[in-house]
Amino acid sequence: MKAKKAAIEARGVSRVFAAKGQQAVAALDDVSVTINENEFFTLLGPSGCGKTTLLRLIAGFDFPTSGQILLYGEDIAVLPPFKRPVNTVFQNYALFPHMTVAQNIGFGLEMLGKPRTEIDARVSEMLALVRMEELASRKTSQISGGQQQRVALARALAPKPKVLLLDEPLSALDYKLRKDMQIELKRLQHETGITFIFVTHDQEEALTMSDRIAVMSKGKILQVGSPHDIYDRPAVRFVANFIGETNFLKGIVRPSGKVKLAAGAEIEAVAPEGAKLSGEVTVVIRPEHALLVKPTQGKLKGVVDNIVYFGTDTHFHVLLDDGSEFMVRQQNSGGAAADFAKGDKVGVQIAAGTARILKD
Amino acid sequence: MMAELNPAAQIAEAAQQVASKRNRLLSTPALVMITLFGIGPLILILIYSFLKAAPYGGVEWKFSTDAYLNFLFQRDIFDDTLQFSPDYLYIYARSIGFALITTIVCLFIGFPTAYFMATREPAQRNWWVLLITIPFWSNLLVRTLAIMFIIRDEGLINHILIWAHVIDKPITMLYTNGAILIGLLYSYLPFMILPLYSSIEKMDFRLVEAGHDLYANKRQVLWRVIIPLAKPGIIAGCLLVFIPAIGAYVTPLILGGGTHLLIGDLIAQQFGSGRNWPLGSAQALILMAAVLVALFFYVRNTTGKMTHG
Repeated sequence: MKAKKAAIEARGVSRVFAAKGQQAVAALDDVSVTINENEFFTLLGPSGCGKTTLLRLIAGFDFPTSGQILLYGEDIAVLPPFKRPVNTVFQNYALFPHMTVAQNIGFGLEMLGKPRTEIDARVSEMLALVRMEELASRKTSQISGGQQQRVALARALAPKPKVLLLDEPLSALDYKLRKDMQIELKRLQHETGITFIFVTHDQEEALTMSDRIAVMSKGKILQVGSPHDIYDRPAVRFVANFIGETNFLKGIVRPSGKVKLAAGAEIEAVAPEGAKLSGEVTVVIRPEHALLVKPTQGKLKGVVDNIVYFGTDTHFHVLLDDGSEFMVRQQNSGGAAADFAKGDKVGVQIAAGTARILKD
Repeated sequence: MMAELNPAAQIAEAAQQVASKRNRLLSTPALVMITLFGIGPLILILIYSFLKAAPYGGVEWKFSTDAYLNFLFQRDIFDDTLQFSPDYLYIYARSIGFALITTIVCLFIGFPTAYFMATREPAQRNWWVLLITIPFWSNLLVRTLAIMFIIRDEGLINHILIWAHVIDKPITMLYTNGAILIGLLYSYLPFMILPLYSSIEKMDFRLVEAGHDLYANKRQVLWRVIIPLAKPGIIAGCLLVFIPAIGAYVTPLILGGGTHLLIGDLIAQQFGSGRNWPLGSAQALILMAAVLVALFFYVRNTTGKMTHG
């Protein structure tokens, strides 16, 4: 694999908010992360996890309490935002209401002191890129939310930033538009070749768009990896729980390396590097990696407690013998669907190699 | 062919008519007030300005344009010819000058103040607004007299300066143009700060961040983002200061000592010692016309600039 160049590097970055008369809160706690050039990198986490704080530190709207932020090797942590070759797409777009679409897009270039002809050319180019040519002279209050989003993107991309920061830019759009914009964003990133740092709390958005994801909680980065890594190989409980739906099962590691589950069965489970392989552990199994079968065929046994129909698939909530709940997701493929009713005794089969032991 | 009327639509329409009639009824008290005490006196003044002055005040009911002629010309006592006399124009120019300076200085003091207030914590902002409105709790006359006591020769400032041996003779501040200006600034500053504050407070400060993000430094953000967004407040504040300042009466009278005549004082004289009600009426109307014309151009220019960015 060829060596990747780091676009942004955070080294031991902390940001402590100390309000008068209140306990100091660390929004970011000793965070280190490397974001590569040309990468679609997502900071994912629930609200208050510090993802937006990290983004603001990179943009320059806020400054770290300690630590370094490197942009292509140069420490930018104390530079004001207007001296950083980094642009932001704001959550509510923050378009200038007193300017037209074209004036908004040209603003950054104008502030950089570019000649008028160059600005005009670049603005037309940007308008074409986001397919907004006809609306160039409209006021930003006269265009729809999706169009405002495109203008915000064009405005941030126009000065050719080294890194583009996106602060939950799709959260204000409705579902259909959001789906379209996800594809649009991927296309723009591909066409411009600019490093995107994308902040979201929407795991689906993160999985579908990112090259790599950093999952954050309480001011710390818990795991960094590709969407596959994060989804299939969660390292810690928080990541497994936050991304997708998961079954957590308690068990004890046997000398053979297999895990004896509290619910009865003994199964094979993969352990990440650094996980303890003795004593009590937690095993995670994704609902779609399990299959409902007749009680005699499954390792785990239980009773169907609830059935929730989702259209594309059906969720079966099974009460296992030890009283813990286990969810199985079955796709409604139209074929011979598993036909179980509430109260049925069932067995649960687990696909080989899908059960994982967590670090904590 | 007539479309058949939907009964539901008919009911809705009828309800709307009743509602709009009721709403019009709600505006009657205001309309009566405006007609009686706003438009009525204006018409009266308009009529007075075209009548002859009675020798001991009041008017004679004879049509005359003397008031308007007297505004610009003086009738020679001996040969009855009209001679151009710019005395009143000077007073008008002086008043407009004072009002303009007051407005500009208020804007320069008021904008940073309003910006400071609007960027405080929300709970703190109300206290600042309260502080700004405290002067309104007492009478303007009392406050103007208080200024007089502060700046007069035996006043607070001179006392302190002499006591501190900075000066050995009091500096004359009262009854000067400076005194009038201080009085006007003091009286009208809140009228500048409050509308500015309300428009800056409503501003989305993420736009400031967006400006910085797009390579605008502090000065550029101020001129290209903050000031254009605060424009409604700037327009309102300037009007609220300029219009009353141009016709100010009490402040120039007390702090100017009657030696520096301004419009308000001049008009008051015509109804008092001057005993020339038609002239006073004409002067008031000319002032109003001048303000309206200035207003028209000001609003048109400022709003025009806004649409062109």
